[in-house]
Amino acid sequence: MAATTGSVAAATAAPAEARRQRIGFAVMAALFLVGPLVVYPVFLMKVMCFALFACAFNLLIGFGGLLSFGHAMFLGTAGYVCAHAAKVWGFPPEAAILLGTAASAALGLVTGLLAIRRQGIYFAMITLALAQMLFFFYLQAPFTHGEDGIQAVPRGRLFGFIDLANVWAMYFTVFVIFMGGFLAIYRIIHSPFGQVLKAIRENEPRAVSLGYPADRYKLLAFVLSATFSGLAGATKAIVFQLASLTDVHWSMSGEVVLMTLLGGLGTVFGPVVGALVVVSMENYLAPFGAWVTIAQGIIFVACVLLFRRGVVGELAARFGTGRRH
Amino acid sequence: MEIFGVPTQALFGQLLIGLINGSFYALLSLGLAVIFGLLNIINFTHGAQYMMGAFCAYLLLTKLGIGYWWSLAIVPVLVGATGVVIERLMLKRLYDLDHLYGLLLTFGLALIIQGLFRNEFGSSGLPYAIPQELSGGRNLGFMFLPNYRAWVIVASLVVCFGTWFVIEKTKLGSYLRAATENPKLVQAFGINVPRMITLTYGFGVGLAALAGVMAAPIYQVAPQMGADLIIVVFAVVVIGGMGSIMGSIVTGFGLGLIEGLTKVFYPEASNTVIFIIMAVVLLVRPAGLFGTAK
Repeated sequence: MAATTGSVAAATAAPAEARRQRIGFAVMAALFLVGPLVVYPVFLMKVMCFALFACAFNLLIGFGGLLSFGHAMFLGTAGYVCAHAAKVWGFPPEAAILLGTAASAALGLVTGLLAIRRQGIYFAMITLALAQMLFFFYLQAPFTHGEDGIQAVPRGRLFGFIDLANVWAMYFTVFVIFMGGFLAIYRIIHSPFGQVLKAIRENEPRAVSLGYPADRYKLLAFVLSATFSGLAGATKAIVFQLASLTDVHWSMSGEVVLMTLLGGLGTVFGPVVGALVVVSMENYLAPFGAWVTIAQGIIFVACVLLFRRGVVGELAARFGTGRRH
Repeated sequence: MEIFGVPTQALFGQLLIGLINGSFYALLSLGLAVIFGLLNIINFTHGAQYMMGAFCAYLLLTKLGIGYWWSLAIVPVLVGATGVVIERLMLKRLYDLDHLYGLLLTFGLALIIQGLFRNEFGSSGLPYAIPQELSGGRNLGFMFLPNYRAWVIVASLVVCFGTWFVIEKTKLGSYLRAATENPKLVQAFGINVPRMITLTYGFGVGLAALAGVMAAPIYQVAPQMGADLIIVVFAVVVIGGMGSIMGSIVTGFGLGLIEGLTKVFYPEASNTVIFIIMAVVLLVRPAGLFGTAK
């Protein structure tokens, strides 16, 4: 997407920029470490799960230029597989999370092969339709327990000796997973692979003429994005001890688009900020029923019409962090 | 009487439901295709506008006592007018940007509209009576055909082919098709393209609202009625490809029928069959059955 070019330019590691991002990363880590002393830890765990989900989504749209409108299928699939493995098969949490993540990666490969056959708007519609198909599958499949979802998933003992029923043990496990995922995505964006991905986004025919197999790059980006979304979904299932239809519904796919758009497409920290805002809004507006949906709609419209760079993108532009136009 | 072990009554009953659903798929995907042709925007609000059509008919009846037949004429104009406002105020600003922004904006609008209606009317469905002239039905010998359902199928066919005729066979349609190909050139010939774009959006929205009025007596009038439907319609659009008007119509009715048949022979897959067909079409003919690769 052309409008995100600037923020990507900002992300391509000019030395000053790299320093700023290191500072940003330190601030973010510090906030999540101190945060639970001030805010309810379960709330922050939810924020971190969604932040990882949004970062994974951003990898695809912000750097690959591919708008998926069906990312809930990866969040939800990993959640269901992880919850089923932990509850029915008695897997320890680390194995359940890994299995859930692997399931989403596999799903990403299959759906990615279909979806990358079309571009732009069609890509969005195809991913949305595939996700809806999975929604109906999970609605009917016996192991998901339909409307009830998989409830009372045991958190278990991490590596056999860390009892995750303890809220602090759980909190720091989520913290480590989130930070690990975030750094991995950061690394991917700044790797040669990430650069080629950006090149394909900006001008696909040219990238192809330079000898890059564009479809293979897009597919890999899609699978990576699905994998990290799965990691977020599996972790979320362990934290909330629940896997339900909410996580595979199209409105969840819309929410992750909203988080990323609000925070800033193609920015490194944008999705985290967006996830924090959207999750807080849901928490505090929950008593007002349909107003959450209305507020989300208004933010969508406002972002598209007024600040397409998102919160972080606009701030970066305001304070001139290495923007090239 | 049985065919493949299925009572004919059930078979034809499901085929009829399939045709009804197909009528709505055709009407909605036609509107999406017309809008996409000129605006290059996928109108995510389409489902919400279909819902607005149904609610508008419901409100006209309960508040003002205006019946079904007048609603068929008034509602598309009213809802179409809201579409014109949306186009003038918002969509107009997005034409120079990536097409995806149009999708995001209309998705946001759909959330707002659905949320407002849910606040006002709750999420349970409201009943809308079948107009007197079309109540009852007739026995065709092999099945019972309710009059209203027959009317929906005929009316939808008429509207679809009317639209096809206007776009493919009239002077106005030729302007429209020319503007789809090259708006700048058409503008240079002295045709007011921005106004044409606005009216086209209004027309597409009006089609959705018309579908909503026709749906009101069949399905319950509810704020979420368009949300899931629009996703199926997206799949229909991917299968058909948005290049041709006739393609949208044929695909819409065809998929409705296939869905109906699936309900008879393998009901578990009836929700997913359209998506599965979409996946197969993507593998075999990525541009869609009637589409041209772009």
